[in-house]
Amino acid sequence: MAKLTPFFFLSFLIISSSLAFQSDEFGLEGAQQQTPTTRKRYSDPDSDSKVQFSLEHAFGDSDFSPAGTFSARLKSWSHGGKTLTKLRFSRNGFSDEEKDTFKNLLKGDDFYRIRLPSNVISPPGKEFVVASVRARCLPRDGLDEHFVIHMEGANILALSYGSLGACQYPRQFKLPAKWSFNSHTILKSSEQAPRTPIFTEEILGGENAEGEVDPPPERSFWAKYWMYLIPLGLVVMNAVTQATNMAEEQTGGQTGGSQVQQSARRR
Amino acid sequence: MAMAIKASLLLLVFLSSAIVSFSLYEDQVGLMDWHQRYIGKVKHAVFHTQKAGRKRVIVSTEENVVASLDLRHGEIFWRHVLGTNDAIDGVEIALGKCRNHLHYMWCSAISGYVITLSSQGSTLRAWNLPDGQMVWETSLHSAQISKSLLSVPINLKVDKDYPILAFGGGYLHAVSAIDGERVLQPPESSIIYVLGFLHSSEAVVYQIDSKTGEVVAEKSMVFPDGFSGAVSSVSSDKIVVLDSTRSILVTIGFLDGDISFQKTPVSDLVEDSGNAEILSPLLSNMVAVKVNRRTIFVRVGGEGKLEVVDSLSDETAMSVSLPVADDQVAFASAHHEGSKIQLMVKLVDDLETVLLRESIEMDQHRGRVDKVFINNYIKTDMSNGFRALIVMEDHSLLLLQQGAIVWSREEGLASVTDVTTAELPVEKDGVSVAKVEHTLVDWLKGHMLKLKGSLLLASPEDVAAIQEMRMKSSGRSKLTRDHNGFRKLFIALTRAGKLFALHTGDGRIVWSMLLNSPSKSEACERPSGISLYQWQVPHHHAMDENPSVLVVGRCGSDSSAPGVLSFVDVYTGKEISSSDIGHSVVRVMPLPFTDSTEQRLHLIADTEGHVHLYPKTSEALSIFQREFQNVYWYTVEGDDGIIRGHGMKSSCAGETADEYCFTTKELWTVVFPSESEKIISTLTRKPNEVVHTQAKVNTDQDLLYKYVSRNLLFVATVSPKGAGEIGSVTPEESALVVYLIDTITGRILHRLSHQGCQGPVHAVFSENWVVYHYFNLRAHKYEVTVVEIYDQSRAENKNVWKLVLGKHNLTAPISSYSRPEMFTKSQSYFFAQSVKTIAVTSTAKGITSKQLLIGTIGDQILALDKRFVDPRRTLNPSQAEKEEGIIPLTDSLPIIPQSYITHSLKVEGLRGIVTAPAKLESTTHVFAYGVDLFYTRLAPSKTYDSLADDFSYALLLITIVALVAAIYITWVISEKKELSEKWR
Repeated sequence: MAKLTPFFFLSFLIISSSLAFQSDEFGLEGAQQQTPTTRKRYSDPDSDSKVQFSLEHAFGDSDFSPAGTFSARLKSWSHGGKTLTKLRFSRNGFSDEEKDTFKNLLKGDDFYRIRLPSNVISPPGKEFVVASVRARCLPRDGLDEHFVIHMEGANILALSYGSLGACQYPRQFKLPAKWSFNSHTILKSSEQAPRTPIFTEEILGGENAEGEVDPPPERSFWAKYWMYLIPLGLVVMNAVTQATNMAEEQTGGQTGGSQVQQSARRR
Repeated sequence: MAMAIKASLLLLVFLSSAIVSFSLYEDQVGLMDWHQRYIGKVKHAVFHTQKAGRKRVIVSTEENVVASLDLRHGEIFWRHVLGTNDAIDGVEIALGKCRNHLHYMWCSAISGYVITLSSQGSTLRAWNLPDGQMVWETSLHSAQISKSLLSVPINLKVDKDYPILAFGGGYLHAVSAIDGERVLQPPESSIIYVLGFLHSSEAVVYQIDSKTGEVVAEKSMVFPDGFSGAVSSVSSDKIVVLDSTRSILVTIGFLDGDISFQKTPVSDLVEDSGNAEILSPLLSNMVAVKVNRRTIFVRVGGEGKLEVVDSLSDETAMSVSLPVADDQVAFASAHHEGSKIQLMVKLVDDLETVLLRESIEMDQHRGRVDKVFINNYIKTDMSNGFRALIVMEDHSLLLLQQGAIVWSREEGLASVTDVTTAELPVEKDGVSVAKVEHTLVDWLKGHMLKLKGSLLLASPEDVAAIQEMRMKSSGRSKLTRDHNGFRKLFIALTRAGKLFALHTGDGRIVWSMLLNSPSKSEACERPSGISLYQWQVPHHHAMDENPSVLVVGRCGSDSSAPGVLSFVDVYTGKEISSSDIGHSVVRVMPLPFTDSTEQRLHLIADTEGHVHLYPKTSEALSIFQREFQNVYWYTVEGDDGIIRGHGMKSSCAGETADEYCFTTKELWTVVFPSESEKIISTLTRKPNEVVHTQAKVNTDQDLLYKYVSRNLLFVATVSPKGAGEIGSVTPEESALVVYLIDTITGRILHRLSHQGCQGPVHAVFSENWVVYHYFNLRAHKYEVTVVEIYDQSRAENKNVWKLVLGKHNLTAPISSYSRPEMFTKSQSYFFAQSVKTIAVTSTAKGITSKQLLIGTIGDQILALDKRFVDPRRTLNPSQAEKEEGIIPLTDSLPIIPQSYITHSLKVEGLRGIVTAPAKLESTTHVFAYGVDLFYTRLAPSKTYDSLADDFSYALLLITIVALVAAIYITWVISEKKELSEKWR
C-alpha cells in the first residue's frame, strides 16, 4: 500500500498536468494566459526554466526564414519527466516582400510551410517538424492560423497547422482584408489509455444482477399498438367510403344514368 | 457422469450457437474449403531405402521443416515445422536403439532416428523415423555464432551405439544416438581430427581423443591472404578452400596434425579466370569450381596437386558423392540443355565412365536446376540404378527415375509473399466448358437422395453418395466466372519469383509462371519479386481485354537496386511485356484512376525522391496532370523514426528527359523522439474497401457519422527498450503509443499511450476502426484494443428538415485542410491467445457485418465477430441496446472453439490472411498462406441472400404439387357438396 500511494500521486500529477496543457489555448492578441489553479500546488518542488524556440516559415519552395518565437516554461518533474507549460507565441507580421510572395502563393494555390525544432531544449534536435497548408486556406478577415503542437516531454512530435475552421474545396482565391495573424495554439500530450476493466465478480453475480435491471420505461399506447391501429384505421376508412358510395348509388339510381356511370367509375 | 458431460456439452453447443451461429458440420468439411500441405525449398535430403518397408526420403527445408516423404508418390508421411528462429543446419539418419533381443543383437533400420541440428548448432533432436515422433532433444552449449555441422560417422562405434558428432557455437559435441546424452566413456580410443579457421586467416588442427574429448594436440598456421569461407573437403585429410580474393585455390592438408598449404591460382587452371566459387562440398578427391559461368572439376592429387579433369559450359548442379558398389564413388550432375535436363551420374575416379545419362523434358517455368540429391538401388539385373531428387529454381521438388519424372511437388507455394485476386473469364455462349453431366433422371435421382437425407431416411451408402455428389457438385472447379462470384483465381507470388494462379474451387494450379528477367542480362540474372498489383481489371469498358497483374521485382537484394516490371495476363498466364525500369523501387502506389482500357495508374517512388508514372502513355499522363495537385504520398523511415509527407512539385524535366518522372516536395514530418519511441507497425486501410453506410444509428435514435477517410495511417511505437521480446523489460520501462495520422496534412488525429505494454503489434484497419493486439506487461496478458473514429463536422445533419431542404453538407467535398472535428471511442479487452496476423472479412457492398480473422499462434484462424470488439459495449446494456445487438461487456474476448474457420486443420507457419469479396454480398473469400495454404468461403452473417447448397428443390416441388392436388380435390368435394345441398 505504501508503494502504491506515491504511484497514484504521480499519476495524478501527470493527469492534472496534461489536463492543464490542453487548456493552454489562447489567442495571440492580448489574451492573457490562464493559469490553472490546480498546478501551482505541485509545482513547488520542481524546477522551472524558460525555453524559447522559433517558428520558421517558407513560401512554396523557398528556404525557411524566422516567423515568430514560442516561449514557454519547462517544468522538470521529480520523476525525471519534463513538460512544457505557459506557452506564449509572438508572431512576426509579414514584411512587404513577404506579402508579395504570399500573394503569389495564393494565386498559385501553393503551400505555405512552417517548421519547429523537434527538441525545444537543444534545437533543432533530431530534425525539424514540418507542417504545411494550402495558402488559400488561411485568409479570412485576417490570416487565421491554428497550431496544434503534439509534445512528448521536451520533444515536439508533430505539428498540425491550418485555419481555424473549414477550408472549402474548390479553394477560392481571396486576399485577406488585413495582413495580421490571428493565432491560436494548443499543446497536446498523449492520452493515457484506460486500464482494461477486470470484473470477475460481476460475471459471477451476473445471474443476480439480471433481476435488478430496470424494466424498460412504459411506452405509450400509440407506440405499442400503432401497427394494429393503422390497418384498423384503413379498414374503417375503407368501410366509410364504401358506405357513402352505397348511399350515393341508391340516391343516384333515382336521379339518372349519367350519375350512375360516374359513381361506378369512382368505385 | 456421462449424462452430465453430455448435458453440459449440449448446453455449450446451444450457448455458442446462440452467440455466434457460425460453425461447420462434419459433412460440410471440404465442401468449400481446401487445404494444401507443403514443406518449402529443400536444403538437405537423406534417402532411406534400405531393406524392406516403405522407401522414404528425409528432407529439411528453408522453411524450417523436417519431413519424411514417400519416395514412390511424394506424399508427406510426417513433417514438423520448427520455429522461425530454429533454422535447420543439418539432418542425418542414425540407427536407433539396438535391442538386445533373445541374446542376438539387431539394430532395426526401420526404427532408426532422424537427427536434426538446428538453431546454429545449439539444438539437437532425434525423431522416430516411421512416425516422426520426437525421441529426444538435447540443447548443446554454444559460445558464439558460427557455422554448424552435423555428422554421423559410421565407423565410430561405441558400445552398441553410434555417437553423433555435432559442431556448433565453437564447441564439438559427441552425443549418443540412443538418448541424446553426451557420450562420456567410449571403450576404444580413437582420434578425431578437427580443422577449423580462426579469424578467417588462420587454420587450426585439433586432435581430439574421442574417448575423453580432450584435445591431444593442437597446431595452427597463419595464411596471410585470408580465406573466403567456402570449404570443400576432398578427402579425410585434405580440404580445398578459396582465398579472400577468390582467385586462388588453397589445398590444406592436415595429415597427422600437420598443416600444409598449397596455393594454385585459378588462372592456371582455366584461361579466363574471374571470381571463383566452390560448388557442392563433400566430393571425394575432387572439387567443383564455378568460374565465369563454367563449372570445372579439379582433381586433387596426392601432394595437393590440382588438375582440371572436366568442365561443363552451363550452370550445373552437383550432388554429393555416393558410394556405389566395388568401392567406387559416384556423383550426379544436372544441367540444362534447351528445354531438357541432362542428368549424369559419373564415377569420381574415372570421369569418362558415365553410369547414367538421362535427358528429361522439363517445364520451362521451373527454371534451372538448383540442387541434386542422388540415391542408388540395385536393379533386377544386378546393375546400379539411380534415382535423383532435384530442386529447381522455382523451389519445386522432383524425383527423377529412369528418365521420367516420377512425382513433383510445387514447394514454391510454401513461401508465398504476396497475393491478389483475379476474375475468371466469362462463359461464352455455345462454348460451355462444363460438360453436360446431368440428364433429367440423374437430376431427379440426386434430389431424391437429398430428400432422403433431409428426412433422415438415408442409409450410410446414401449418405456417402450424397457427400460425393456434393464434393463434385455444380462444376465448382470450372474455369469460368459464376453468377455468385464463388469461382475466382488467387494469384500468388512466391519468394522464388514465380507466379501461381490457384482456383478457389479446388485449389489446383491453373497456371504458373516463373518471372524471367526481361533481357536476361548479366546485371539482372534473377529478379526477386516484391509485390503484386492488379493492373487491369476490365469490368465496365474494354471488356474484350484480358485482365492483367503487375509484378514489381528488383534485380538484387538492396533497396537501391534497379526494379523490373512485368505484366502478366491473368487468363493465360503469359507475360504480356516486361521492362527494366532503370530506377529503384521504394514504394508502389496504385492511384484511384484508370485509363480508357481500364489500366490502373501507378506511381513508383525511387530512392532519389522522384516518382514515376506508369503506364507510360500520353493518356495516363493527361489523367495524372489533371489530378496533379491532389496527389500526395508519404514515406516511413522506420530506423530514424520519421514519417514524411510529400506532394507533387513538377516534372523532372530539368534533370532527365523523362516526362513521366516527377519531383516531389516535403510537406510535413512527424518526428518520433528516438529515446522514447520506435516505430514497430504501420497500417493503412485497404484501398479497395467498400463502406456501405457512413452513418451509424445509436440506440437513442441518435446518428453518428463514421470518419471514413482513405488517408489515415495507423502507427504504433514502443519504447526502444521494449522493442525486444515480451518480458524482456519491466512494465515501467515500456510504453506503447498508437497514432492515427492523416497522410495529407500530417495531423495526428488520435494518440493514445498504453503504459506498461509492449509489442509486437498486430493490427487491422477497416472503415472507421482499428483493432490492434499487443501485450500488457502489468496484467501479463495479451490485449486487444479497438478505436472507432467518428466525424463531428457532419453531426448537425441529423435534422430531417435540413435534409429535405438541401441545407446539409453531406455532398460537399471534404478537404483535408479543414480542421477535423472528430472524436474517438475506444475500449480494451484481454485476449487469451498470442496472434500471428489479423485480417477482416470484406464483402462486395460492405453491408454484411464484419468478422475479424485472427491467425493464432497455433496456426489456426479464429473468426471473431466485430460486435465483440465494439467500444460501445457496457456492463449492463439497456433493453434497446440489447435489441441492437450490443453484447454485455466482459473483460476478455471469448474464444469459441466452433468459430475456428480452419476447423481441425492447421495452416503451418501461418504468415498472412487475404480476404476478397464474392459477388454475393453475404460471402467472402478467405485465403491463408504460410508453409501451408488454406482457403474457405465465409458468410459472416450467414447466407441470407441465397439458398443453401443442399436446398431440396424436389421437396419444394413435391409440396407445391401436393398443395395443387389438395386444392383440386377439395374443390371437387365442395362442388359435390354444394350440388347435393341444392338438390335437397
